[in-house]
Amino acid sequence: MTAGLALDVLLAVALPLVGLAAVLRRDLVQSVMLLFSLGVLLAIAWARLGAPDIAMVEAALGAGVTGVLFLSALARVGPDDAAPRAASVRVALAALAAAAVAPVALAVEALPRAFEGLGREVLARVPETGATHPVTSVLLDFRGYDTLLEIAVLLLAVLGAWAARGGAPSPRPPAPGPILTAAVRLLLPLMVVVAGVLLWVGSSAPGGAFQAGTVLGTTLVLATLSGGVALPRVPPWVVRSMLALGFAVFLAVAGATAASGRALLRYPGAHAAGLLLAIEAALTISIAVVVWALFERDPEERRAEGEAGGREGEAA
Amino acid sequence: MTSAHLFAFSGVALLGAGLLGVLAHRHLVRRVVGLNLAGSGVFLVIVALARRSDPPDPVPHALVLTGLVVGLSATALALALAVRLHRETGAARVPEEDGP
Repeated sequence: MTAGLALDVLLAVALPLVGLAAVLRRDLVQSVMLLFSLGVLLAIAWARLGAPDIAMVEAALGAGVTGVLFLSALARVGPDDAAPRAASVRVALAALAAAAVAPVALAVEALPRAFEGLGREVLARVPETGATHPVTSVLLDFRGYDTLLEIAVLLLAVLGAWAARGGAPSPRPPAPGPILTAAVRLLLPLMVVVAGVLLWVGSSAPGGAFQAGTVLGTTLVLATLSGGVALPRVPPWVVRSMLALGFAVFLAVAGATAASGRALLRYPGAHAAGLLLAIEAALTISIAVVVWALFERDPEERRAEGEAGGREGEAA
Repeated sequence: MTSAHLFAFSGVALLGAGLLGVLAHRHLVRRVVGLNLAGSGVFLVIVALARRSDPPDPVPHALVLTGLVVGLSATALALALAVRLHRETGAARVPEEDGP
């Protein structure tokens, strides 16, 4: 137990320090590298906090795709060459940030050290849902409406990113290196299998659409970046259909439950497990393509430029 | 000090570091780094406070799970806008209001 506590203390101290270093570094590339490290530390912290579902997504996003997005933006925007501010200004800004979070620290301090939360009520009613893993029950049943709207937010973000990138010059295809290409070839099938397992176990154990989708999306990003592995080429409308699939299936189920006289997204008991799996499978595909699309350009535009259509991998 | 509260304070400190990043820099990519850190800090506070019961409360876990993916999409959109601004104006920074 003491070893566990020592690890907790180490993590709790390291997290804000690494974050502060990412903010204060002069070189933005170093900042982004520190952001990668922070993602790894956070993934361990989530595991220590008993949140394996979050740890898996963090490992794929925080320690992976997020940094890739920053690096690809940096390559286009260039370094921060502004002169550093006067020391007095920096001290004042640090004091301002500290003053802003001090009330939050006081509020956290005032909270009771043990608190039941909603855990017991969730556990009592999990058998009514189509899943046995509490987080999945919350995600797709108790708070299904939230998740439905969050998928819509993801679609809007992709549309926004594609619109902002409109008319941008084509990025140079990376030169494939032998080691990276070989590693990606080995990892690609393995990660597709991992995503499939995560999707399947999601109803009864940590895992599910968000974990499977982010792992699969990260795989697509890795394959695209490595340049040495050709993803199957599919027409732009297929990419768009895959983006919309999760939201469409989720919305159709919501509409069907509402039309059958039940509350919105209140699944009929006998079909709940099947409906949840269908929604999760559709969400997995859409989340994977969203993660990939967030750093890509609109495939329609690429085709219009005479490139050989959008590149896309088949999900699972 | 329980581990749950330890991580909650760690999250508050991370939020502070992120806010400093947003306040201290004009370069837009740096500001997005700050926002990203602040978001991670908030997630850490939420999940740490869910650890106060055993087993942990699954409701905040589900919120943060979707929050991570939404946070990624917000980061990607913000960076795409910063790159576009750079393409239009030649600089990706917040304009100076009253000279340097």
